[in-house]
Amino acid sequence: MYMKLAEIQNLTVDYEGVLALDNLTFSVESKDFLGIIGPNGAGKTTLFSCMLGLMHNYKGEIKFFGANIRKSKQYLYQIGYVPQKPIFEKNFPATISEVVGLGLTKNQKHDQIDKVLQTVWLHELGHRRIGDLSVGQQQRVFIAKALVNDPQILILDEPVTGIDLQSKELFYQILRDLNQKENITIIWSSHDLDAVAKLATKVACLNRKLFFHGISEEFFHDEDLLKMYSESSMQMHMHHHEE
Amino acid sequence: MVFDILAYGFMQRALVSGIAIALMCSVVGLFLVLRRYSLFGDAIAHASFGGIAAGLFLGIYPIWVAFAVSILSALGLTKIREKFQISGDATVAILLSSGLAMGVILISLSGGFTVNIFTFLFGSILLVSLENTIMILGLAGIILVTILLLYRQLVYTTFNEEQAKVSGIPVEKLNYLLVVIAGITVVSSIQLVGILLISSLIVIPNVSAVLFGRGFKQTAILSMIFAVFSTVAGILTSYSFNIAPGGMIVLLSIAIFAVSLAIKSTGLLKNKTIVISKST
Repeated sequence: MYMKLAEIQNLTVDYEGVLALDNLTFSVESKDFLGIIGPNGAGKTTLFSCMLGLMHNYKGEIKFFGANIRKSKQYLYQIGYVPQKPIFEKNFPATISEVVGLGLTKNQKHDQIDKVLQTVWLHELGHRRIGDLSVGQQQRVFIAKALVNDPQILILDEPVTGIDLQSKELFYQILRDLNQKENITIIWSSHDLDAVAKLATKVACLNRKLFFHGISEEFFHDEDLLKMYSESSMQMHMHHHEE
Repeated sequence: MVFDILAYGFMQRALVSGIAIALMCSVVGLFLVLRRYSLFGDAIAHASFGGIAAGLFLGIYPIWVAFAVSILSALGLTKIREKFQISGDATVAILLSSGLAMGVILISLSGGFTVNIFTFLFGSILLVSLENTIMILGLAGIILVTILLLYRQLVYTTFNEEQAKVSGIPVEKLNYLLVVIAGITVVSSIQLVGILLISSLIVIPNVSAVLFGRGFKQTAILSMIFAVFSTVAGILTSYSFNIAPGGMIVLLSIAIFAVSLAIKSTGLLKNKTIVISKST
């Protein structure tokens, strides 16, 4: 039986008269692999900020595991989060094992670090300094850190930005295994429609409003939606290349 | 000869206080340096100048007033910085100049103090009393135990505040706590190197240690070793050659930094890197 792990109800974020999110309502069920797509400025990061308790000035309701997140932050211990880019001081003196261990709660044992590093295929590099790794490897470290508390949900905000193709494939393989073998629910924002087609079981199309939320096949058979989001995705890619 | 020097009570007190201060400054300083807040210690020290002048003016023990003024003004400015989104370096400038201005006004009102003020400006570790030694040891103990207890949360917040928040860590509270800890550390350390040189004790051993340390713990331990070595060697050398201990300690820290840079620029560390990359 599928259980609702997250429920977003009438979520609206208003930045001084400009709607960043307009009345979103959707839910995430256990074992979902939800791909959230939308162009730059669609509100993906704002949505995640609200869901992760980083932003409080929203209207509507967000529930995780049946409880309103405004009432308790306990739900955060069941969530792993991987940001868009691993932002830290380049010379920060921390080994990979130390960075992964930052996510540990008191009850977790230290050998959990080796286990999650194996999951992301970095177990031999635990002693290396985080700043010495490539961006792709650093993102895998951040997945390991997000997994170290055995979360039920993994939230990833455009995690493959600036990563080379080979690293992307490995990254996607890891996500697929986490969802299919470890039964971790994944909420993932992406610009990469091909990757969403391959990996996601459900798709949410966001552009301040929610234009679609449903199973992946439905989205990829809806030519109008596909055209609209392919174009927005293309524009985004062109924008990135220009940058 | 070293053993002869160690027989003196004032030297024993100076070394014990100096080591405690070096440990405090290096550990607290590592968090400040990695948060790009290196000059915050300097700003607190200058704010404490106002407190010391106020203490001397009012006839209250100056260090106690310095504690109150430094910590309250640092906390106040941290709050203002968050609320009005003022940059960190501007906060440092405001804190630094307001403390100095307050001190200068109080000195002029009193018609000038005696030599006392110079001992606070440049340090007077060889004159540290038994009571002060006990106070420094107690404060160092409290601060080091607090950091040890909150180690993971403090490192996490320093590494990435947003991610620490998402992991349920009370980042704002920890930031305020770090400001209080930095205030206590700086004011307790004034007797070692003085207001004008305190930031060097907070910054230089850590910058040297970051060059070598692979992990956070390793870097913290290296920084403590560098700070304790330059403090002990600085106190002993300054006594032998009759020069100011504060200046000597800072120059030795800078010498360690220069040697660290030289070692880093030779092949020594490159060889280490090659060994590591083979294992991957």
